[in-house]
Amino acid sequence: MKRSHIKWTPSNTILFIFLFLFGLIWIYPFVWMISASLKTNLEIILSGLNLVPKSPSFDAYKRAWVEARFNTYFLNSILTSAGSILVVVIRCSLAGYVLAMYNFKGKKLITSIMLITFFVPVGTTLIPIVDLSNKLHLLNTRVGLILALSAGGHVSSVLLYRGFFGQTPKSLMEAGIIDGASFIQIFGKIMLPLAGPVTATTIIMTFMSSWNAFMQPLVFTFSNPNLRTLPVGMMAFSKGDTIDYGGQCAAAVLSVTPIAIAYIFAQQYFVNGIAGAVKS
Amino acid sequence: MKQKRARTPYFWIYLFLLPTLVGYSMYTLWPIIRTVQFSLTSMRGFGSKVRFVGLSNYVQLFQDELFINSLLVTLKFMLLVVPARFLISLLFALALNWKKCQSKTLLRTFFFLPVLTTSAIIGVVFILILDPTFGPISVILSKLGYVDLARIPLLGNRSTVLATAGAIWVWKWMGNSLIYWLASLQSIPDELYEAAKIDGANSLQSFRYVAAPLLVPFAFIILVLSISDAIRVFNLMLTLTNGGPYFATETVELFIYRHAFQATTQRMGYASAAASVFAMFFSVIIILQSVVKRFVKKEV
Repeated sequence: MKRSHIKWTPSNTILFIFLFLFGLIWIYPFVWMISASLKTNLEIILSGLNLVPKSPSFDAYKRAWVEARFNTYFLNSILTSAGSILVVVIRCSLAGYVLAMYNFKGKKLITSIMLITFFVPVGTTLIPIVDLSNKLHLLNTRVGLILALSAGGHVSSVLLYRGFFGQTPKSLMEAGIIDGASFIQIFGKIMLPLAGPVTATTIIMTFMSSWNAFMQPLVFTFSNPNLRTLPVGMMAFSKGDTIDYGGQCAAAVLSVTPIAIAYIFAQQYFVNGIAGAVKS
Repeated sequence: MKQKRARTPYFWIYLFLLPTLVGYSMYTLWPIIRTVQFSLTSMRGFGSKVRFVGLSNYVQLFQDELFINSLLVTLKFMLLVVPARFLISLLFALALNWKKCQSKTLLRTFFFLPVLTTSAIIGVVFILILDPTFGPISVILSKLGYVDLARIPLLGNRSTVLATAGAIWVWKWMGNSLIYWLASLQSIPDELYEAAKIDGANSLQSFRYVAAPLLVPFAFIILVLSISDAIRVFNLMLTLTNGGPYFATETVELFIYRHAFQATTQRMGYASAAASVFAMFFSVIIILQSVVKRFVKKEV
């Protein structure tokens, strides 16, 4: 990343201060949450606006991690997200590839069906998905949840791959054919590696959607609390019998940390993935 | 130029499409058909006896005050939050797009942090932040002298709850629209601004006459995306208010969820009818948008 040095002038200093003050509104809740996670429950209630804990302690993290079972929820979130990413990347890259490279019967139909159903809300399809999963004995299982999050939808990832492969020169594929590479080898060894940035964007977008998914994991884990993901565990924790403000904040910090770290390292892919929605 | 190559490898093509075709059919297409089918039955839970009841769920739905209420709440919420998210994000984007703006990445990260955070977590944390006894918002209000206002439970009061939830929603999603706007603004070539400058335009004029017309198509996409987010607000509401107090924030998706999955009132057929109406309501808005968009494009 290149760093350009911009001179501080009166006008941009004023703008910066203005934006920074507004920015504080955006990060204050996070600062408060971190501060509360290091306080005792009594201190949270009594300390008013003081953000610095008297004697910071990680007790709340221990309570959230062990007693409130966020260790399980955390692992579940990771496994569910990893599974969803795997399914989405595989099926979307395969489909995007053939949709971009070949003409075949049903191509138009497939594309237009996907475009028409692009915006279908989860609320509309959830009951039949749960019904189907129930019949296939996938309800209350991890595989069932992963499929519910990854097997349908994700039209934008298919389109992203299609767009990318559509722009790669056909000569690459032809060179592969001349060298005697099979269909799978051309895809796996030549084309897919070229699509690295698209794959990175797809991974990030799927990570965000599955890590933050709520409705499906909620419904899929009703009778199996062992499979709860972080957001579902968070709600159970806040509506539970014991009131533990510090523990809730610690759990919140634990849930935000992985995705915040991912953002720091892969900022460009987050931005590209989101900006992709308006560019297409 | 069309080359004659080896014949099209149909076997591989359909094999590559198979996972998406099967997955999409099972988890998107078939469920849409099933929802309509369920909506014509008396289905309560899974495995319960099902009777065909025709359109009676729909008739009942439109006589159900709580369903009408949920449509109105959704619509009100949308009208409240979409313009706010749209305008605030545009202003911040214009500021961050300014060439001389300092620390863009830092500021963008500030605004983007809530977008990364799960709605369920935001819901839980804001219940604490808005707590009328110890939450920082109420402490600040009472320090400023608004003692009465500080004691109002913003989330427990019918007259304040929707606006409060709306503010939190705008706070959460603003950074998303900000990225949209920045991408749109960056698609405008610098030369155009420079040409305007040479012609003597000030920055307001160059926004009005150079950037604004080029932003119109983007603005519509951004609007559609925000509207579709706003209509589908579920996660935040479920954790923040659970539709309360007394249904003041029960959006359509919460209504569907309550009838489909909350054990005491489980009526899946009825919920499916609501889900079908919701999908229709949703498509009407999306279609309306694209019609308006086409119309505007002609005008520009």
